[in-house]
Amino acid sequence: MRRIIAVLIENEAGALSRVTGLFAQRNYNIDSLTVSRTEDETLSRMTIETIADDAGVEQITKHLNKIVEVVKVDDLSEHRHLVREIMLVKVRAEGLARAEMKRMADIFRGQIVDVTTSTFTIQLVGADDKLSSFIEAIDPNLVLEVARSGVTGIARGTRTLRIK
Amino acid sequence: MLIRALQDEGVEYIFGYPGGAALHIYDAIFKQQKIEHILVRHEQAATHMADAYARATGKPGVVLVTSGPGATNAITGIATAYMDSSPMIVISGQVPSNLIGTDAFQETDMIGVSRPVVKHSFLVPSVSSIPGIVKKAFHIAASGRPGPVVIDIPKDTTDPGITAPYEYPSTVAMRSYNPSVKGNHRQVVRAVGHMLDAKRPVFYVGGGVMHGEASDRLRKLANTLGFPVTSTLMGLGAFPASHPHWLGMLGMHGTYEANHAMHHSDCVIAIGARFDDRVTNEPRKFCPGATIIHVDVDPASISKIVRADVPVVGEAEVVISQMLKELDKQLARSPDRLDRAAIDDWLARIDAWRRQYGLDEDARLEQPRDPILPQQAVRALARIAPENAYVTSDVGQHQMFVAQHFPFQAPRRWINSGGLGTMGFGLPAAMGVQFADLGASVVCVTGEGSFMMNLQELSTCLQYRLPLKIICLNNQALGMVKQWQDMQYGGRHSHSTYQDSLPDFVSLVDSFGHVGLRVFKHAELEPTLRQAFSDKNKDKLVFVDILVDPQEHVYPMAIKGGAMCDMYLSKSEDTLADS
Ligand SMILES: Cc1ncc(C[n+]2csc(CCOP(=O)(O)OP(=O)(O)O)c2C)c(N)n1
Ligand SMILES: [Mg+2]
Repeated sequence: MRRIIAVLIENEAGALSRVTGLFAQRNYNIDSLTVSRTEDETLSRMTIETIADDAGVEQITKHLNKIVEVVKVDDLSEHRHLVREIMLVKVRAEGLARAEMKRMADIFRGQIVDVTTSTFTIQLVGADDKLSSFIEAIDPNLVLEVARSGVTGIARGTRTLRIK
Repeated sequence: MLIRALQDEGVEYIFGYPGGAALHIYDAIFKQQKIEHILVRHEQAATHMADAYARATGKPGVVLVTSGPGATNAITGIATAYMDSSPMIVISGQVPSNLIGTDAFQETDMIGVSRPVVKHSFLVPSVSSIPGIVKKAFHIAASGRPGPVVIDIPKDTTDPGITAPYEYPSTVAMRSYNPSVKGNHRQVVRAVGHMLDAKRPVFYVGGGVMHGEASDRLRKLANTLGFPVTSTLMGLGAFPASHPHWLGMLGMHGTYEANHAMHHSDCVIAIGARFDDRVTNEPRKFCPGATIIHVDVDPASISKIVRADVPVVGEAEVVISQMLKELDKQLARSPDRLDRAAIDDWLARIDAWRRQYGLDEDARLEQPRDPILPQQAVRALARIAPENAYVTSDVGQHQMFVAQHFPFQAPRRWINSGGLGTMGFGLPAAMGVQFADLGASVVCVTGEGSFMMNLQELSTCLQYRLPLKIICLNNQALGMVKQWQDMQYGGRHSHSTYQDSLPDFVSLVDSFGHVGLRVFKHAELEPTLRQAFSDKNKDKLVFVDILVDPQEHVYPMAIKGGAMCDMYLSKSEDTLADS
């Protein structure tokens, strides 16, 4: 089952490698990992997307908690949550395909953020499955490059992941 | 700065080996008296010494090595300490900060190389950060589930020319690190309820019970309830072997009665143990009828292999004390709740198992016999070695024979590499223990194979006049490997024997300035051991090379893929016939 785990971690050199090292060492897979600063400059926040059963995710969260720099861990998939991902797709956009691409971008509420005579770069934001559907919906021969951010997530409602 | 912080931390010994990146530190050591530096002959040995020092005292051992090869030589010892949750601080010199990442001479990314085998690590960023890092390192190493911590220290941060105000912090506060100490009250209540309802209970304890007063508390709890106790390889000594309710070690080479008690139990109380594969055999067949209570300081150890019905996260000592209190309370409420008659039946059943296939039932052990059986050598040692001696060991058949046949009465006396199984551990471990307890009697039981993995330390032993007694069960082979080849590879001894190329150990140790003795015949066994422990040799290191039967196997041995009670009992018997 797909899991989204949010982690607050001390913003220190080496902390990230301990998290990725843990996944490698214990044979857990990482489908995506995002990491970034937070409103508190001493903390980073990670969102890890992984596939695990109940026992597996229990082990993963326990081992994440054991990493000395990890301050808090929350398995977002345990409760209602939001996930978002950003994707930049560079596509061939020549002749007839140019209008077609524009239309597809509109349907998916994407924005064309860069244009050349032969290409578009389309930006899409949304739940990660929506981004995948876009790729599936267009002619694969026209896709030149895909850059996805990986998912980031947050719990719905008043639930928060913060210290104190 | 670094040495001052170590002094303020109360460090007695540093086990180390110098080199370029550590020279500023070595100069600081030279200029002081408080901490004694022990010069080893190989960095791996320094780590085992510090590790064993920690196992004997409970205080973190300290290692100092240089960058590059010094650091990588320490890795095996760090991994050994990590697997057995031993607190240790490893300070590794590093190339100057401005050279890090340039493939400088003797540069190794020690933080990266050690990452999977440390509890935590620090790369020192500046002189001023040293006291805080040292304080945190000791705190992390010794608290919660203990483990090794690496401090990688670039040469420029130990430069005496660069100064910073020094203040050693008195406390540590880390928002990200607060290991649980006390068990959840509700779970403790549930656990005690299950214990009181048990008809076939057994305590299964591990290395976690070595800490603090846990072993004392355990004895009290087991006595109050009248329950039998077994332990892992790491837990030997936590419960006295002379106690009538002691079952011996459990697991792969555990006793018949311990493994049967586990398999037939209705309530397994695991404390400070981690359901290692060497214990459980096939986890799906593990203790089919038992409620599992699992007490451990590391939440990640709970329900990792075997699902716990009652998980209790906390330190063994504290949780057992909570259980004792709760037990009093519940017994006061209903004094007859515990079914004593059922427990007595259970103990009688265990006794019957013991009389059937217990270790003492091997008739061969009582007969003088040549070649000597390794078990006979261990039993003779147990009779002759001073009471309360520390025993360290290496890895192989000899290790299992000691675990089975040497009756440990107190915690922290049996020191061996259980988790990683590191050959070469025994001698340096004995040295570390001797430093921890200078007046104590320290014995190392080794195999000729393991001994040759760190024998250079005989030179260190002479330098510091360590009067160790080394008992080598010499079967002229990598016995444990050979046993597996006998049992699983049709007796093809691929690279497990070397009888024609072994050194003459007696003259070898003699050349290092120690005393060597040899035993060929059963009749010489006890007299020679007595000689080793005699007053005449009190201040000397004595090595006793005992030629033991190379054909002997360690039994019982778990049958792979089976339940705990499925065992080979000898070369010709197994338990499968029973069922
Ligand atoms: C460093 C290391 N290498 C290899 C092994 C695998 N191993 C386990 S036991 C053993 C044989 C040990 O021989 P010896 O020390 O003579 O003990 P014996 O089994 O003969 O009593 C070996 C090679 C190990 N445990 N550690
Ligand atoms: Mg051998």
